[in-house]
Amino acid sequence: MENIAEYLKAERSQEWRAELRKRMKAKERTSLERIKMPEEDPDVRNKNSVEVNRGLFPEMAIAESHRCLDCPDPTCITGCPVGINIPKFIKQIEVEDFAGAAITLKETNALPAVCGRVCPQEKQCELNCFYTQKLNKPPIAIGYLERFAADWERNSGQMSIPKTEKKNKIKVGVVGSGPAGLAAAGDLAKYGYDVTVFEALHEVGGVLKYGIPEFRLPNELVDVEIETMRKMGIKFRTDFIVGKTASFDDLKEEGFKAFFVGSGAGLPRFMNIPGENLNGIFSSNEYLTRINLMHAASEEYDTPVISGKNVAVIGGGNTAMDSVRTAKRLGAEKAMIIYRRSEVEMPARVEEIKHAKEEGIIFMNLHNPLEYYGDENGRVKQAKIQKMELGEPDASGRRRPIPIEGSEFIIDVDTVVVSVGVSPNPLIPQALKDLKVTDWGTIVVDPDTMQSSVPEIFAGGDIVRGGATVILAMGDGRKAAAGMHKYIQEKIKAN
Amino acid sequence: MSKILEKEFFSKNVVKLVLEAPEIAKTRKPGHFVIIRIDEKGERIPLTISSADEKKGTITLVIQKVGVTSAKLCNMNVGDVIMDVVGPLGTATHIEKVGTVLCAGGGVGVAPMLPIVEGLKKAGNRVITILAARSKDLIILEDQMREYSDEVIVMTDDGSYGKKGLVTAGMEEVINREKVDLCFVIGPAIMMKFGALTTKKYNIPTVASLNTIMVDGTGMCGACRVHIGGKTRFVCVDGPEFDAHQVDFDEMMTRLGAYKDQEYEAYQKYLQTVEA
Repeated sequence: MENIAEYLKAERSQEWRAELRKRMKAKERTSLERIKMPEEDPDVRNKNSVEVNRGLFPEMAIAESHRCLDCPDPTCITGCPVGINIPKFIKQIEVEDFAGAAITLKETNALPAVCGRVCPQEKQCELNCFYTQKLNKPPIAIGYLERFAADWERNSGQMSIPKTEKKNKIKVGVVGSGPAGLAAAGDLAKYGYDVTVFEALHEVGGVLKYGIPEFRLPNELVDVEIETMRKMGIKFRTDFIVGKTASFDDLKEEGFKAFFVGSGAGLPRFMNIPGENLNGIFSSNEYLTRINLMHAASEEYDTPVISGKNVAVIGGGNTAMDSVRTAKRLGAEKAMIIYRRSEVEMPARVEEIKHAKEEGIIFMNLHNPLEYYGDENGRVKQAKIQKMELGEPDASGRRRPIPIEGSEFIIDVDTVVVSVGVSPNPLIPQALKDLKVTDWGTIVVDPDTMQSSVPEIFAGGDIVRGGATVILAMGDGRKAAAGMHKYIQEKIKAN
Repeated sequence: MSKILEKEFFSKNVVKLVLEAPEIAKTRKPGHFVIIRIDEKGERIPLTISSADEKKGTITLVIQKVGVTSAKLCNMNVGDVIMDVVGPLGTATHIEKVGTVLCAGGGVGVAPMLPIVEGLKKAGNRVITILAARSKDLIILEDQMREYSDEVIVMTDDGSYGKKGLVTAGMEEVINREKVDLCFVIGPAIMMKFGALTTKKYNIPTVASLNTIMVDGTGMCGACRVHIGGKTRFVCVDGPEFDAHQVDFDEMMTRLGAYKDQEYEAYQKYLQTVEA
């Protein structure tokens, strides 16, 4: 870490930064108001799939960038899982070098336009901002600014291609093209490796494509970022399941020296309550995949989806919010969240909860389903719901939900989306007998290098964490890429 | 992308397609399936691999026209390209020498049964195969089955070929005649349900291969879930083969009908476009 601190210090003491700091007094900077993100009208947007946050205009971004004090000890960076040089890119926005800001972002972040939209900044960089920590004021809108710079570059039509080392012709494989895999692939390509990303589905992007809806992250934008990665020389193979289509051994025979596994937390969890297999009850994975990846809501596409008038989404995470807001957009009259704890304990981002409320989503917090009842065709028509209260904190530190006996009641539902978490995808562990996994099925890795018990296999993202965020997965991918680089170089030296 | 190299009509509504898929041809085993998507706007559907030729790099699928996607597939021709073919998926059939194995295939269920019959025979079992269908023109792969079976019994509902009667009649005939150590039933859900009930009476271990609705086929969506022995299992990763006596076939049939209305409507629309 020492040299990173020194690097940041050297960057900060560059003349343009020093000069810029002097242009405006700190007091003036801190007296500026945080910018508000322009949003689509809730009553319009809950009927279509346009992006809710519209993005900042240049003058707004420039104004916001003036608030940043360019601190000598930029604590915001410690909150960023991929270690973006945050003050630098913000100061580049202040001097209206938007292209430069985008380049700074891409030094450490393969997908800035994505992270600017879906990262929980309020728990990371913005939580660690000087404004939050010391001034008790709203933090610099780091996420909005990240998105602004990335969007500006994309719309300029002149996407910068990150610099890569001289190609070393060493083949490495990346399993899974979600955020962890893309981050690893990006860094491995920068180191000079010949990178192939293997993806089981027919499209590249993993959860960014099948999971996160258009209104929060347009697919088109993910495609642009992937196109940049192709230009860096990264190869993508869709419809390819490592461990099934070809084994790790087959690929090693083809010359692959090491692998990064970012296969995600594939399996949806259900609650195993009576009636849960009735028609009209989906996992959030299935519901969102049908809509986002397979375009089931569009007439022209063949994939069907059931989405009714009374939709209950079980859970309180971001995926639950994505599902319930999707249901509303597909015409639900009542789109409900049923969550067993209270809003304080909800894992979803504050912004998602706010947007959901604006769009008319009904929140049934402190409620839990016990059973589902079907009609004569096997389609769900009702749910038995129980009220809950909060007890003492449990292992997660959140107050434990306790059922209130005798509080059960029946509600009408014709669609239910179960969004209570995921389990790791078993395909890779099944394919590698020597791979050490936990009791939960996640891959065991060295936390510093992300190396697994099989030396040439590294892993990160949800297959290691068991269900986390896009940015944590990307941080893992970067760390693993560095670990792989070290492993391969040492192996070459040893020979 | 997979090119269609051969096409053969088994009957008006049942087509055999040989696809170029060298990697899958190399790694597939009996019991495995693939997920296909015809084109950009297509849906993803699972199809069990009927056979493969590793040298030629091909896999064979048998498709029955039942809805839009299967009809589109049946209407494709040699030289056409299927946009996505991914696999092999699922858990391979557990094949070992157990003695006498009764393999009952109904309709197009005979196609996925073929590699199992071949595997069982090569493992040294006595294999008795029952081919069942509504009528003669729906009996498929008879010659190929004869190659690997010690005996083949043909049953048709209308008696137009082989013996008249349901598949279960043929099964009981064999079970009453000789000791059967293991049974496989593959076909429509209703056929597997009654096949399983038949062998249950005689306590014969029985395996069924389930053909549920799937989206990704890798365990991600849970569309294929069904109760097996009181526990929800995923057909795509835990199956497709299960102890037939533990399968909740009624639930499976209900779940297969989840999109009945949409499918019917889409098919009618499709037929109009084809005729127009």
